[in-house]
Amino acid sequence: MKPTPHAPMDTDDLIAALSARLEPTSPRAPWAWLAIFVGAGVTVAFGSMWLRLGLRPDLAAAVATPMFWTKFLYTVALGGLGLWLAERLCRPGANPGRPARMLQSVVFGFLILAAFRYFSTAAPAKHAALMGHSASLCPWVILTMSIPILIGAIVGMRRMAPTQPTLAGFAGGLAAGGLAAFVYAFSCNESGMPFVAVWYTLPVLGAGLIGAAAGRLLLRW
Amino acid sequence: MVEAEAALRALMLRSLEGDRRAYSTLLAELTRHLRAYYARRLGDAREDAEDLVQDTLIAMHRRRDSYDPGQPLTAWVYAIARYRLIDHYRRKKVRSAVPLEDAGELFAADAIEPAMAKRDVSRLLNRLPAARAALIRSTKIDGLSNAEAGAAAGLSESAVKVNVHRGLKALKGQQLAEAGEEEAE
Repeated sequence: MKPTPHAPMDTDDLIAALSARLEPTSPRAPWAWLAIFVGAGVTVAFGSMWLRLGLRPDLAAAVATPMFWTKFLYTVALGGLGLWLAERLCRPGANPGRPARMLQSVVFGFLILAAFRYFSTAAPAKHAALMGHSASLCPWVILTMSIPILIGAIVGMRRMAPTQPTLAGFAGGLAAGGLAAFVYAFSCNESGMPFVAVWYTLPVLGAGLIGAAAGRLLLRW
Repeated sequence: MVEAEAALRALMLRSLEGDRRAYSTLLAELTRHLRAYYARRLGDAREDAEDLVQDTLIAMHRRRDSYDPGQPLTAWVYAIARYRLIDHYRRKKVRSAVPLEDAGELFAADAIEPAMAKRDVSRLLNRLPAARAALIRSTKIDGLSNAEAGAAAGLSESAVKVNVHRGLKALKGQQLAEAGEEEAE
């Protein structure tokens, strides 16, 4: 066999070496790692929310309102579907279509409902429904809290095999943003659906963009 | 391919459970597929192709838990192979701006280039009718004039000129058609 300067090892030898090193592996392991790292990020975000902002004082009463659960479900859906999408994008050749379509439906569905609510609100109350009292604060808090979760997501995804690092990072960012919004909802006492549609959704998208940039740099392998 | 998919997937599932014999069979099978895959895409850069095969085998090994048993194994393998190929091109591009200390390596690599070019030329010429190829060889490679080559082959100077011209044109056309096919792939 002719010497090949770039391939010091014979491919057959490589196969033998890899086979000798084989250990049983669970295809569910990536999910477990992703859950651990993202969970750690959510814990950090929740802790900082509790320490710096505190739970909303009317939490006990709020859990009886439909708006609390609307926010709860919307943010859980964004976070969960984002995570599912990220997982699909970290498995080479896997089809990300389903979580992507579901994520789109959730966002557009919510935006349409919120628009409907906004336009059926009496004119004097429109501004309050959209801007609430914390429109200048809420998106920044959510964006900030998404950072530890995004770090967790990136660490978890680095163990996997994203063949489109930027897109995978975007999905991880959406997941981080959605989960950060979920955490923030325990502190935020806004109850306007248009408010949530705009000021919750925007920072989730922002986190997605940060995630895309991070993925481009950090998810290559 | 459908049959291969089922067999390969079965081997992969056993490999994930830790079956080393199934795993080495799987890797040997995949090596065949990967060699064909990279050979098609890299053409003459044979050594790069074998490098990439090994690179891909290692990537698959290290990230084998990213295979979802519910998806086709070949889709997983080729997605990884494609990613390694893109990464290879990216590194090649970066390597074209090597620091000065490493330049010696570049020149060393260049030393084999003329030999490869010569091999390419003769391979191309073999596709032409023998008489026409001989005329191109004597005028363009051995450096004879059209008149000298014509005298040796019993042709007029202008006949040599026309023959050489048509031969080169045919080769160029073939090359362009091949390049086009690869692009379209």
